[in-house]
Amino acid sequence: MVNLIWIFMILFGIVYSIFNGTIDDVNTAMFEASTQAVQLIIGFIAIFTFWLGMMEIAKRAGLLDQLTRLTRPLLRKIFPDLSPSDPALGFIMSNLTANFFGLGNAATPFGLKAMSALQEQNPNKNSPSRSMVTFLCLNTAALTLFPTTVISLRMSHGALDAMDIVIPAFLATCGSCITALLLDRLFWSFSKRRKKV
Amino acid sequence: MSILAIISSLFLPALISCILLFALYKKVDAYGAFTEGGKEGIRLSISLLPFLLGMLVAINILRASGFLDAFNHALAPILSFFSLPPDLLPLMLIRPISGSASLGMLADLTATYGPEHFISRAAAIIQGSTDTTLYVLTVYFGAVGIKKMGRALSIGLLADVAGMTIAIIITIWYFS
Repeated sequence: MVNLIWIFMILFGIVYSIFNGTIDDVNTAMFEASTQAVQLIIGFIAIFTFWLGMMEIAKRAGLLDQLTRLTRPLLRKIFPDLSPSDPALGFIMSNLTANFFGLGNAATPFGLKAMSALQEQNPNKNSPSRSMVTFLCLNTAALTLFPTTVISLRMSHGALDAMDIVIPAFLATCGSCITALLLDRLFWSFSKRRKKV
Repeated sequence: MSILAIISSLFLPALISCILLFALYKKVDAYGAFTEGGKEGIRLSISLLPFLLGMLVAINILRASGFLDAFNHALAPILSFFSLPPDLLPLMLIRPISGSASLGMLADLTATYGPEHFISRAAAIIQGSTDTTLYVLTVYFGAVGIKKMGRALSIGLLADVAGMTIAIIITIWYFS
């Protein structure tokens, strides 16, 4: 999918520029873009090194585990199908906590473990269980406190206050998470009703 | 709004102080942990480069060819009905499909308009508050061998639309 989009963007742009008479602009744009990407990554190194360093301290001090424990009651409400001692709950919590602090790469292994724990109890191995759908809805809605890449990108471009988007982005992500959870409940009760009829 | 601005600027120093105080209390080697995590940060940033470079080149070709402007221009009447800046549309369309492509578009918009412009801020908030729905679903369902995404996909995409709408409304409200 991404592969085709990428090829299409480049080929279409080149063909369009030939008819539009902008082929020289395209020639310079290619190499400007490459330089721009390298400059951006230098900005990323600055932020990522700092933030992942801080997060490693938080992890070793057990702060992330502490937060995971605090969110447990809330998660039990979100996943009513799982028993309180379910091993999947622990993985789900670690995944969401890591995502929350902008540690996408640390979050993925936990997420995959949560999925395989959920799959073990899934009666129909080919289609997702209710808890799986809920878990992935939360993941795609991206409940993030600190969008690391976005902040570093704004810093690289010389934003006066690159952090100024943290609060509005957090409000927006809360909004999309609540929407996702409501939709999930709604779709689920519809499908349950359909099965009864 | 000034209270929010104060919270916003105090937020990170407060968080860092909390982490460090907690590390002191737990007698953790904070500096050692910081440098270890930092190494991972360098590795992660460098590994992002090929993705971002590839996507930025493709987007810049589209922009330089004049196609993006033509596309935005053609859609402007419909979008202005919803009072949506047309420049945000390509980003919104690609956000659920590819994270590096939308990051490239955000970089492009920020470079074109400057980081304090409404469009750059709205784009940053859209990018920061949503995730690559299709990628997440493919990886997570693929790992356990589930092929039917079913309602997870519809909910994910609907929540993306809702999230982006909320993002734009919040940008207008917060920065005005």
